Amino acid sequence: MSLDIMTPRLTASPFTRANPLSKLAAVAMVTVVVMLSVDWVSAGVVLAAELLLMPVLGISAWALFKRGWPLVVAALVGAYGTALLAEKTGAVVFEAGPLLFTEDSINSGVAIGLRSLAVALPGIFLLLTTDPTDLADALAQKLKLPHRFVLGALAGLRLVGLLVDEWRTLGLARRARGVGAENKPLAKLAAFLGQAFGLIVQAIRRATRLAVAMEARGFGGAQRTWARESTFSRVDIWVFLGGALVSAAAVTAAVSAGTWNFIFG
Amino acid sequence: MATIQSTTAERGHPAAVTAEGYGWRHAGRKDPALSDVSFRIEPGERVLLLGASGAGKSTLLHAIAGVLGDDGEGDEAGSLAVDGMHPVQSRGRTGLVLQDPESQVVMARVGDEVAFGAENMALPRDEIWSRVRESLGDVGLEVPLDHATTALSGGQKQRLALASVLAMRPGVLLLDEPTANLDPDGVLEVRDAVVGVLERTGATLIVVEHRVAVWADVVDRVIVLAASGGVLADGPPADVLNAAGTRERLIEAGVWVPGYTPRLRTSLPTGGGNGSDGGHGTPGTDLLRAADLSVARTRRAGPVVNKVSLELAAGEALSITGPNGAGKSTLALTLAGLLTPAGGKLEAAPELRRGAAGTVHKWKSAELVTRIGTVFQEPEHQFLTHRVIDELEFGPRRVARLPEDEVRRRVDAIAERLRLTKLLQANPFTLSGGEKRRLSVATMLATSPDILVLDEPTFGQDANTWAEMVSLLGGLIADGHAVVSVTHDGDFTAALGGNVLRVADGTAQLQAPATSGRAA
Repeated sequence: MSLDIMTPRLTASPFTRANPLSKLAAVAMVTVVVMLSVDWVSAGVVLAAELLLMPVLGISAWALFKRGWPLVVAALVGAYGTALLAEKTGAVVFEAGPLLFTEDSINSGVAIGLRSLAVALPGIFLLLTTDPTDLADALAQKLKLPHRFVLGALAGLRLVGLLVDEWRTLGLARRARGVGAENKPLAKLAAFLGQAFGLIVQAIRRATRLAVAMEARGFGGAQRTWARESTFSRVDIWVFLGGALVSAAAVTAAVSAGTWNFIFG
Repeated sequence: MATIQSTTAERGHPAAVTAEGYGWRHAGRKDPALSDVSFRIEPGERVLLLGASGAGKSTLLHAIAGVLGDDGEGDEAGSLAVDGMHPVQSRGRTGLVLQDPESQVVMARVGDEVAFGAENMALPRDEIWSRVRESLGDVGLEVPLDHATTALSGGQKQRLALASVLAMRPGVLLLDEPTANLDPDGVLEVRDAVVGVLERTGATLIVVEHRVAVWADVVDRVIVLAASGGVLADGPPADVLNAAGTRERLIEAGVWVPGYTPRLRTSLPTGGGNGSDGGHGTPGTDLLRAADLSVARTRRAGPVVNKVSLELAAGEALSITGPNGAGKSTLALTLAGLLTPAGGKLEAAPELRRGAAGTVHKWKSAELVTRIGTVFQEPEHQFLTHRVIDELEFGPRRVARLPEDEVRRRVDAIAERLRLTKLLQANPFTLSGGEKRRLSVATMLATSPDILVLDEPTFGQDANTWAEMVSLLGGLIADGHAVVSVTHDGDFTAALGGNVLRVADGTAQLQAPATSGRAA
C-alpha cells in the first residue's frame, strides 16, 4: 500500500514526464467547466475526450478500473438517485408503483452520472501518472509554497501508508484481547472508536519521532536547496493546451446544442 | 559507487562535545530527566553511553543533537556544547540515528532520503548528489538511487539512516540504540557499517546501547549515567566494565555486561497448583496440530510460509526463529487463531476445543481468549482502558463473563504474580517498557489460556526485564501452558528449552530441541 502511493510504477508516457503543475492546471480547467453546467453534452464531450486521450496519456483501462471502480459505482448510484428524485416533467418512460422515471428526470440523471465521471477521471489520471515527490518538488520550487509545509505533507503521506498496516495490526491485537465479543451495534461502534483512538495514539508517536528525525537533519531552516530540479518542458505546453482545448470544446458543443445550463445563471 | 574519495579535512572535522553540570527537565514533570552531567569528549573519541532505564541516555543524545525543543518544552540547566556552540546552532554538525527504522525515513526513494539533510544545509545540487553517492558507498548500501525506501530490510534501513546523516558530514555521530530492533545479522551489518564510517571520517561517536558486547570492541571510552543524576563512571571500557563497583551497578541497572548472563528466578512460581489461573492440561496433552499449513497476512498478499507441520502439547515451548520478514509473525498469528490459514489444516485437539465450534480462526472472541492468548510485540497495541486494573479485569469480566468473585480472585493473583499490585491505578500508557510488557502478558493470562503466543517477547529489553520474562514463561510452562514465541534471541530460546522451528525462504523446519542449560 505505502509502496503503491509513494513510489508508483509509472508508465513512460509523455504525460508522466510532464510537470505535475501543468497537469494540475489542465485538470483544474476541465473540472471547472464540467462543474459550471449540469448538462449531458458538456459532460459527455469531456468524458469522451478523456477516454479517447487515455492511450496518449499512457493509462491502461485496467489500471483505471482498479483505481476508479468505486467512482463508477458512485456515479451510477448518483445517476439513478437523480433520475428517481428529479422533477417528473416530460413523457413517462417507466412506471412501477412508487418508481417513476420521465424523459426529463432521466436526462438529469444521465447528466449527473456523466458529470461525476468526467470530474473524477482526471483526478485518477493525475494519481496514476504523478509521483508524489515530483508534485512536492513542483509545488515548492515552481509555485513557491513554503517548503516546511510541502515536505511535511509529503512525509505525512508516507506515514499514512504505514498507518494502514498499523490499523490491521491493531485490529488483530484487539481481537486477541476479545474486543468485538459483543455483537450489539453500540458495542461494535465503541470497539471501532477504541481502535481509532489507538491508531491516533500510534500516529502521534510516529509523527513525533519523524519530526525529531527531520529536525535532527536540519529541516526547518530558512534556506534550502533542492536535489531534484522541477522543470517545465515542451510537453507541459501540450498538456496545458490539451486541457484548454477540451474545456473549450465542451462549452462550445453544449452552447450550440442549447443544453448549456449555467449553475449560477 | 565509491569512486569519490575525499580526505578527512574535506569531510568536516571531528567535533568535541562538552557538558558542564548539564540537566534537562521536561515541561510538566517534577523530576529532571537528566541532571548534573559533566564530561568532555575529545574530537574523534568513541564513547558508549550506559545507564539504567530512565537515567536519561536518550535525552542526553537528543540534547547533543539539538532536538530537545525550546524553552516551552523544558528547562535547561548548566551548559552543553558541540565545538563550543550550543547544540541547536550546530545541527548538521551532529548526526542522529534513532532506534526505530520505520519512523525516521522521510522520503520515498533511497537517493532522495540521503539528499534530504544536505538539501536542508542549502548545498549546491552537484555537491548534494556527490555526497549522496559517497555516503551510500560509505555504509555499503548498494541499491539504485530510485529504490523504494519501503523495500529495504531493517538493517538496510538503519544503514540508510546512517548514510542520510553522513551526507551532512557531521563531526559527531549520535546513535540511539541503532540495533535494538534488528535480527542478529542486521545488528552486525549496522555495527560494521558504523565502524567503516568511523575509520573513513574520524568522526566522534556517542552510542547508546544496552547490549554492551556489540560495541565494547569498537569504543574507547564508556560513560555511565547514574539514575539519580550525574555521571556514575567514566573511563576505558575494560576499567568501567570490570571494576567491581561499576560492574555490579551496571548489572543492577539491567545493562547487558559482557560475560554475565542474567540470573533467573530458580523457584518458578506455580500458578496451577493454587488454581490462580484456572485449569489447563497436564503436560504432554496434545493441544494443536498443523498439517501442511500455509499462512498469509492477507488473502491478497498471498502465502509467505508453506507446508508447516507441527504439534503443540501442554507444557511445551516452541520458538519460531528466522530472519526479519520471513513470515514468523504471520505464522504465529495464524497458530493463534487470529489469521485465516491460506491452506492446509490447523486442528485443535478435543482438550483444547472443549466444545468450541469450527476451526480455530472462527472461534468467538470469548472462546479464543480462554484457549489461546496472544501477546503482541508492541504492548500498547493491546491496551484498551485507562487503568491497569481495568486492563486486567477486561478479559475475565467482559469477554469470558466470569462471576464477579472469580474475576477478583484471578486479577488479584495475577497482579501479585506479575508484580503489578502497586500499579493497579496507573494509566497503562505511562508505565515503563518492562512494566508495559508484564501488563500485556498479565492481561492475556487473566483469561487463563492453554496456549500463550508471544511476538518478540525480549526485543530491545534490558537484562532485568529479560530475566523476568524468561522466569515467568518458564513458570507457565512448568504449570502446563504451551508457550509459542517468535524470537531472534538465542539466549532466550536456550533458556526456555523446547522445540525450535526455523522459518526461512517460505518454509519452516523443526530443529533439534534447544538445550535448556542456562535455565537451570
